This record gives sequence, C-alpha cells and structure tokens, in this order.
Amino acid sequence: MSQYKLIHCNINGKDVEKMVDVRASLTDMLRNEYHLTSVKKGCEVGECGACNVLINGEAFNSCIYLAVWAEGKRIRTLEGLMSPDGELSDIQQAFIDETAIQCGFCTPGFIMTAAEILESGKLYTDDELRKLLSGHLCRCTGYENIFRAVKKTMYRRLGKEIDF
Amino acid sequence: MYDMKALYEAESVQDAIRLRLEHPEAQIIAGGSDVLVQMREGKRSGKELISIYMIDALRGVSLDEEENLRIGSLTSFSHITRDPLIQKYCNVLGEAVDQVGSPQIRNIGTIGGNTCNGVTSADSASTLHAYEAIVELTGKDGVRRIPIHDFYIRAGQVDIRPDEIQTAILIPKASYENTFGHYIKYGMRNAMEIATLGCSVNVRLSADRGTIQRCRIAYGVAGPVPMRCPTAEATANGQRPSGELAGRFARAVIDDINPRDSWRASKAFRQHIAVEMAKRALTRAVELAGGEMA
Amino acid sequence: MNKVGRSEVRVDGFDKASGRTKYYEDRIPAGALYVRIKHAEIAHAMVRSIDTSTAEAIPGVVKVLTCFDVPDLPFPTAGHPWSMDPGHQDVADRHLLNRHVRYWGDDVAVVIAENEVAANQGVRALKVEYDPLPFVLDVQKAMEPGAPQLHERFPGNILKHTDLRKGDYQAAIREPGLIKVEGWYDTPTVQHCHIENHGCFAYEENGRIVVVSSTQIPHIIRRVVGQALGRPWADIEIIKPYIGGGFGNKQDALYEPLCAWCTTQVGGRCVRLDCSREETFVSNRVRHAIRFHIVTWLRKDGVIAARKVECFSNQGAYASHGHSIVAKAMGSFPQHYPCDNMECDAWTVFTNRPAAGAMRGYGMPQASFADESNIEDCARALGMDSYEFRKKNIMPQGFHDGFSGNTNYYDSYRQCMAKGAAYIDYERKKKEFSHDTGDIRRGIGVATFWYNTAVYPISLETSSNRMQLNLDGTVTFQCGETEIGQGADTAYAQMVAEAVGLKSYRDVHVKSCQDTDITPTGLGAYASRQTYVAGFSIRQTADILRGKILERACQETRQAVGNMDIVDGMIVRKNDDAPLMSLKELAMTAQYDPVHSQHITAESTYTIRNNAYSFGCTFAEVEVDIPLCKVTVKNIVNVHDCGKLINPALAEAQVHGGMSMAIGYGLSEQLIFDEKTGKPLNGNLLDYKLSTFMDHPHLEAEFVENAEPTSPFGTKALGEPPACSGAPAIRNAILDATGVAIDRTPINPHVLFAEFTKAGLIHDDWREEE
Repeated sequence: MSQYKLIHCNINGKDVEKMVDVRASLTDMLRNEYHLTSVKKGCEVGECGACNVLINGEAFNSCIYLAVWAEGKRIRTLEGLMSPDGELSDIQQAFIDETAIQCGFCTPGFIMTAAEILESGKLYTDDELRKLLSGHLCRCTGYENIFRAVKKTMYRRLGKEIDF
Repeated sequence: MYDMKALYEAESVQDAIRLRLEHPEAQIIAGGSDVLVQMREGKRSGKELISIYMIDALRGVSLDEEENLRIGSLTSFSHITRDPLIQKYCNVLGEAVDQVGSPQIRNIGTIGGNTCNGVTSADSASTLHAYEAIVELTGKDGVRRIPIHDFYIRAGQVDIRPDEIQTAILIPKASYENTFGHYIKYGMRNAMEIATLGCSVNVRLSADRGTIQRCRIAYGVAGPVPMRCPTAEATANGQRPSGELAGRFARAVIDDINPRDSWRASKAFRQHIAVEMAKRALTRAVELAGGEMA
Repeated sequence: MNKVGRSEVRVDGFDKASGRTKYYEDRIPAGALYVRIKHAEIAHAMVRSIDTSTAEAIPGVVKVLTCFDVPDLPFPTAGHPWSMDPGHQDVADRHLLNRHVRYWGDDVAVVIAENEVAANQGVRALKVEYDPLPFVLDVQKAMEPGAPQLHERFPGNILKHTDLRKGDYQAAIREPGLIKVEGWYDTPTVQHCHIENHGCFAYEENGRIVVVSSTQIPHIIRRVVGQALGRPWADIEIIKPYIGGGFGNKQDALYEPLCAWCTTQVGGRCVRLDCSREETFVSNRVRHAIRFHIVTWLRKDGVIAARKVECFSNQGAYASHGHSIVAKAMGSFPQHYPCDNMECDAWTVFTNRPAAGAMRGYGMPQASFADESNIEDCARALGMDSYEFRKKNIMPQGFHDGFSGNTNYYDSYRQCMAKGAAYIDYERKKKEFSHDTGDIRRGIGVATFWYNTAVYPISLETSSNRMQLNLDGTVTFQCGETEIGQGADTAYAQMVAEAVGLKSYRDVHVKSCQDTDITPTGLGAYASRQTYVAGFSIRQTADILRGKILERACQETRQAVGNMDIVDGMIVRKNDDAPLMSLKELAMTAQYDPVHSQHITAESTYTIRNNAYSFGCTFAEVEVDIPLCKVTVKNIVNVHDCGKLINPALAEAQVHGGMSMAIGYGLSEQLIFDEKTGKPLNGNLLDYKLSTFMDHPHLEAEFVENAEPTSPFGTKALGEPPACSGAPAIRNAILDATGVAIDRTPINPHVLFAEFTKAGLIHDDWREEE
C-alpha cells in the first residue's frame, strides 16, 4: 500500500539519497530523514514561514512542497549556513547582535530568506526589504530588529555606509 | 505527511494526459499551494494526485510567432514578475501576481494553478480578464484555446476536459499593444492576504493622449468568478480622461458587479471600495499611459 | 553594578541562530504514537454516542478513547500557584474529554495511532451523535434569564461578580453642572499566536509519568496532571525545553493531562500530542473579550467628580483563569485616574466560545482601551487637550495603594508622556494635522497604562534557585522561572554574575530546561514577574554561595572572611584589592581536598511579599484614507518606566513585540464566530489578521529608568506592559484625524466603513436606490 521513491538531492552541499514516502512533505523529509530540525512547523499550510528553506536558491515553505519534488534539487537549511569549523555567517551573527531573536522559532526561516536576499547582491529600499521578508510571521519581535539585522548586513556586504 | 492515496508523477505533457485518462478520479497538482492545503484540511484527503510540477517545459515566458505573450502554465508568480517580456509588455500582470500571498508562495504558486482552481480572488485573474487572455489546454486530440472569460464556468469550476491539462496562458498582442494597466488589491493587511477585492484597469490612449481609445476593467471577488465591467468600460471609451470621467466610470461599475455578503466582507462594503478602486486604478492607468486627468 | 544594565547578547543566541536549539518536537523519540483529538462540531450539546468501529479498523490505529472512558476527576487548568485555602483554589471544571460539549471545538475523543495519517483518518472516521442544546455567544445574552446554561454549579452563567466602591457615587453625581461622558467599549476575542503551537509527549519511566511539554509553567503543570489523573503529584515529572513563545496561552494546562493519560492507556508507550495551528486558535486559550460600560462625571475645570465602571468578561466555555482577568482590569480604574467617588462592578460570564485564559497584559489591554477611550472623550467634551487632561488627572507621584502596598515613588507618568510627546513632535503635528480636511487625514493619539509586576498579595509569590560553583570558577544556575523567548535566562545570567562577583555573565551557565524532578520549585513564566521575583532569590542565594566561597577561602588564605570580596571571578583582599586566588583555584582546591572535599553549592527560596507599579504610554500617529476605510500607523512610540533595565537591548526588543501585538489588537486581530452555529470562522494564520512585516512602521521604544526601591536590582515589570496602551492610542489618533470616536477594536475597514457612513464622511448614493 505504501508508495516509496528514491530521492536524490543535494542538501547543504552534500549529495544524498533516501527512500522517501511519496506522501511526505519536504518538511517531513528534512526533519525525519535528515534530522534537520531547524526546519520548524508553525502552520503546515504555508502561512507562517517557519519551515522555509532554499531550493535552487529560492525560498520555499517546505511544508507545502512534496518531498519527491526535491529530486535533483539543491536544498539549503539553516544548518548549512554555519562554516564547517563552527563559525556563524554574518547574517546569523547579525541576528544575535541586533537582538533579532527572542523565542527563536521563526528565526531559521527568516535567516534563510535573508540569505536569499543577501546573496542577490542587490541593495534594496526599506519597503522592498519589508516586502521580501513578509512571508514570515513573528509574534515576539514586531519585526523591528529582524529588519535592522538584515538591512545592516546588506549594507555591510555591499561595502556601503548605512543610513537609518 | 499527507493523507494521499497515490501519487502519479508526469514527466511530460503527453505523460500527464495519459495519467489523466488512466486515473480519472485523480486531482492535478501544480505547485500545490492550494491542493495540499485542502488535502491537509480533509477536503481532498485520501485522494490520488497527478503531479505535473516537474514538467519544466511548461515554465517560462515567450513571444509566439504572432507576438502574443505566452506564459507557460507552471511559471511561478515570482518568475512572471521578474520576466523582461512581462515587464515590457504587460507589467501590470507582474505587479498583480507580486501581491499574491508572500514571497515563498509566489515562488511555488503558478499562474496555471491560480486560474485552474477557479477562485474569484486569484490575483492574476482580474488582469487576465482585463487583457482578454487566452487559455491553452492540451489534450489527447491536441491543443484547444479558449478566452479566459469562457474558461471560468462557475465558482471553483473551469473548463478543463478529462484528458486535458492547461499548458499556457496567452495575452494577445492586440490586448497589450500600447496599453497600460494598473492593479489594486484590497486586503485587510499588506501581505499574506486574500483579496477582499481586486481591480485591474488598462487603457489605450489616442496618439495625442487626449482620448481614451479603449478602457478595460475587471474585478476579482466582485462576483462568483472574475468579471469584466462593460457598462463602466462604455462610459470611458472614447472619452477625454478627467477626474469627472473617473467618477462616472467608477460609479458605473455598480451596474456591472455582483459582490456578495460573507463573513469576510459585506456586499455594501465591497461595492463601496469597488467604486473607489475603479477611480484610482483608472487614474493611475491613464498616468502610466502618459495621459493627464483633466 | 556593572554586569547588569548592559546590552549583552542572549545566552541562547548562538544556538537559536544556528538552528540547533531543541524544542519539544525536536526531542520526540522515533516511534512515538500519535494522538489526535476529535473536536466537537457543534457549539453546545450532550454526546449521545460515539461509534468508534470504523476508526478502530483503520490499519495503524492503536486505540480510540472517548469521553465515556475518562476518569470522573474534575481538574482546574489555570497556571496559578496552588493555594492551601480551598476557597482560593481555581475552579475545577475540566475533564480529559467531555460528554457535555460546551463550545465548537471541545474535545470529545482521541485516536492513538502508529502514524500521523492513520491518526487523522481515525478522527475523521469517528461518528459522534449529539443531543443538541441551545447556545449563547454574547455575554449580555448569557446573563439574561432563560439563557442556555453551561455549568450547573454556576447558575445564570455567572462565574463570579465582584465590585469596588469608593466614596458615594450616587450622591456625587447629583452635583449641579457636571458633564456626563458615557460609553460602551468592546474588545475582541484574540489569540496569542506564538509561532510554535503547543504540543507535548509523554511516556512512563519506572512507574512514573514523564511529560515533555511546550509550557511556561512546568511545576504547576505537574500538579494539574496529578490532579487530572488522580496520581500523587510526585508521580509526575514535567520537562520544559525551549519553547517557541507562549504569551500566556501556555500558562495553562493545555493538553499535558490528556497526553499523560493517553500514555497510561497504551502501556506507557511514548505518545505525542501536537496541536495544529487551527487547534491552537480554537481549542487552547484566547484573550477575554471584555465589554465595558463607563460613565464619567466631570467638573468644568477638568476634575473627575465621579466614575462608574461596569465590566462584562466573556469567559467562554471553561473557567481557566476565570475572574482574575476582569478583576485586574476593573482594579486598574481607581488607581489610573483616581477620583473620590467610584462604583465598579465586574462579571465573568460563561458562553459557548473557546475558553479564555491568560494573555499578555491579563485584562489590561482591554481596560486600557476602555479607560483611555473614555478619558479621551472626556478631554474632548471639556475642550481640553488630550495630553493636558491626562497630566491633570492621572495617578500623582506619591500615590499609594493599600491593598498591593504599591507606591508611585516618582512622577513616572508625566516623565513618560513628556518623552513620548517629544519623540512624536506632539505640539507641532497636532497643530499641522488639524488643518487636514481631504480624503486623507492625519491624527495623533496618546494613551497610558499602569501594570502590576507580580501577583502578590493575590497569590503566592515564591522563587527558588540553585547555584553551583564549577571547577573552572563558573557558576551553573537553575531556577523555576522559565525562558519563553523573553530573554529571562540572559537577565538571570547578568544578575547572577553581578550578585556573585563573576567576571562576565558568560561565566553563568543557565540551565534553560526545567525538569520538575531536578529544578528548584518555581512558578514559571507569567505576569511580568520573572526578573523581579528571581532577583530576590538570586541575591539571597548568591549571598549564601559567596559566604561558602569566602569561608573556604578563609581556610586557604587565612584572611578574615569580612576582609575578602569576590570581584570579577577573583577573591580579593578588601583593604588593598590584592588578588588572593581565583574562583577556579578555590573550586579545585575545595573539590580535591583529600581530607575535607567540598562541592560548593547554594540553594534557597525567597517568598516575595512585594509588588511594584510599572508605567508607560503610547503616542501614535496615523494616516486615515477615508474613502478606502484604511488606517496606516505612520509613527509610534512606547515609553516605559520599568525601573532599571537589566539588559537595555533585550528590553527594547520586548517592547517592540508588545507594540506589534497592540497594533494588531487595535486594527486587525479578531477571532470571529458564526452567529448561527457558534463555529469559529477564521482560526488560521491567513484569515486571522496578525500583523505582517508590511503592517508596521518603525517601532520606537524608550525608557524612563526610575530605580524600583523594592527590587534588589531596581527592576520591575516589562513583559506585558508594551501590549497595553497601543490600541487606545491608535483609536484616539483616528478620532483626532477624523472626528469619529470608535468604541471597539479591532478598528478594521469593516468597522470604519460603518462608522464613516454613520458620520457622513462617506456616502454611497446607490445604496439608497437599491
């Protein structure tokens, strides 16, 4: 009765393959098969953004993405942002330094979207940044310090002076 | 883990057609942002799915030999917004789908899925109606093209035959040429929102920009399916753009639209904002076309 | 003091930023069984029967348990400290599953299965037959004679009625020439919306039950699970890992008792019970919708002569925190704007809605909305400026409340308002905006609040903690006041480092995870008390630890105890500051002493018989698009006097979150119910309008740091206060912009459409034609 499929993909830079239940969401696969528990479940219908991961460089809510669609894709989770020797990336450090973290539950999803924004190499206006980050709900921070962390890192990466 | 009876994965359009004929009860899933949510809610639980998501041939925007804009049905909203052809010929469509849900939803959501689920609140639908888009369906006997107006049968039901899948949406050159449009989404918050009402207006001005040669307006959520407003359009066609005209034009939509009372919004409220949005959208469309509101 | 008062980064920041922090779901062992709940799809009924046969036949379903299987042991759920006085104990009106369904979403059965899909299928396959009963959703209607009755023990649906009397209201209002300002103010049912839903898992170990739960209050949950299962409390072990927010929802026993019972029904195998977002909205707790009726009598010189306040609190189906919330709301009035003649009444009333419990602010966002709306209308009735009227009437410096023992030691209100007015540029903008007459108009509003820090003298206030000197000179710290995202652990680390004399707050290892078998008993995270109450016991335990360290140091250094101090991790001689030995040397020497080995630890309990006023205000600037019925908050500032800040950056961050919640409360959030069926209509994150990243302006948080004399660290409440005054400030700004006073929240486009139509600001001629 159960239907399984062998799924090959690249997760956080490593080629992997596993037999996956075709009924699984990508969240299920990442959490249960690969123990990547930074992928959080807050609604399971694509409304909160806690399960957000990057697939081929774009942000997706993994809860409403079938695991079988991961075939051949490059997937990145928060676990993949830290360097192999345990050093945090600049955006992770900015979340700490700007007090952009409280309960921490929305944090992984937010940081992955921020990673996509920053890797675009573009300088966004405040309104554009707010829109790009609007796929994540947070009840602790009022988004204020998250905004500051992303904006500061964007300016720093582009070597520009920040204007707040 | 979804309560799914079976999953059939199509690798090509022909494969999808074969699977549809083999599994008539199965539901097609494109990006899944509606189907999977319904499956989790219990509405579609225990059902079979045919996934067409991996058919890359259905992605991308191009100009066909007649210079109609051709949007592959699986093109995601974010790719439509970023597409240079869309930006050049029908920027309003890119702006409209850039207001769907959230960035992540715009990465998974497809224009095919947005139209095939037949809901009136789809952010793409009013603009596609206002541009008289053509829906391309491919079945065992080949390709069928129908106007988007005819594609919508009733709320939640569209004209797809048992052997077909939607393969593209076309915007005819005659619709987009020299035409400028504006879309206003009314929501209760600024992101992660279903439209309370969506209003898309486009205009083509005369060479001297003194006359509205052609005005089109369409709404989402002003009725059970997306709809055009012929009375309002007739009011504006051939007229000189002005604040007074915008007011008359906007007032005329009341004769065309048919919103309903629901817990999301009352009919009276939807009518009220429909008029205001028509006025503002026309004004903006005229400005984009280089005209001035006298 | 140099370890506190600094913006240190969070002690849990690295793990949270790297994704390795473990929440309850990340700790569930593989193979745990899934528990799914069958929720009633009717607002009020008796369950006649449940046919479980189809569900039981589904492969993977292990067991189906219904409301006919549960023990008849009623239990309370409120996260209040236990009271030895039976008259002061919480109302025990809950069963694990219910035959008497009291709201749409009530729990009637569970399916336990080997996997998620089978559990969900099982729930859908249950056939429940009901004997329907009439239902009631509205407080006033529930109080009418002949209304549907929810609980036999509470006739007329009244859970409780209390009053406050001061002077002689009836005599006072006979004074000639008084101006009467009367209003009814409605606040909505809203939900906490922490991003991590509640969930837990349970298993048996050596004959006892272990529950790992997303809760704010592990020690209280232990007691409630014991009560619900009829087991000695010590048979229960609750483990609380990191949690993804709580905001009061998790200050209640949610599904821990049911989950614990389920493990006992499957031979102690591990069972997991994960709430979906939809369940969180409907079947956890909500904020009380409170309706207020206020009559204020003013003298022409702006003095409040008399005031009458009636509060009607919608409790929903079960008692939970019950009357405590509206009692707190009512109690705020006589102190906020003291006047000689007051008559206040509060009722808590059962209705067929989801149970209301604790939520950030505990009655104050409701009270503040009503009070500050009415006060605004008073100012306008007198033709006085809003800000000036408040300055004239608000609680003065030196005000003392005999019941709580609180004193307003400083002129905090006026200091906060002055700072807020300066930030928002009150005078200038007020003048400028008064000229707006078009479709788009701007306005400025102000609102204030006060808040009690802790729960003394209503309930027990106790705090315990343990400190252990490690061999490297660091200190491991445990206490029962929990980290729920607010940053408590970081504040504790700073206070411990300060009190013991360590070099850095990084030298304190806070055991964030509470385990009721191990962690010193504390009451958890609620009220706005963690930093305040933990401060007392931290100071006390640190003194004990220091005493032990210095005694040992005396043996090693032959210096008198009184001649030594601990500074930055070194034991120093006081008269010349000479370093004598490091804490590391001392710990190693003590531990490995072959004759008198010593493991240096300290533990103590402090009963806090104190409370403290916390104050603040919001100034909001709005832009109203009248034809579109839309409000945009352009500028907003909260100013708080919460005493000395232990960590300014964390304090500021906490204020942002509260301001965001207040903006939602004012403009968009509301759980709505179908009048015909009682069914909740928008219990999901798409239809419930929580503010998104695009719905806020910059949030400005400022402070007035008046040291609180009762606190060892000069600190007092901040957790909840930021959520209190935002909504009325926005309401008053909309009034300022448009002249339309709106006496309910959320002030969403539907409400604005109705109100602007009534006020003649918008006019749809076609509506008359139809």
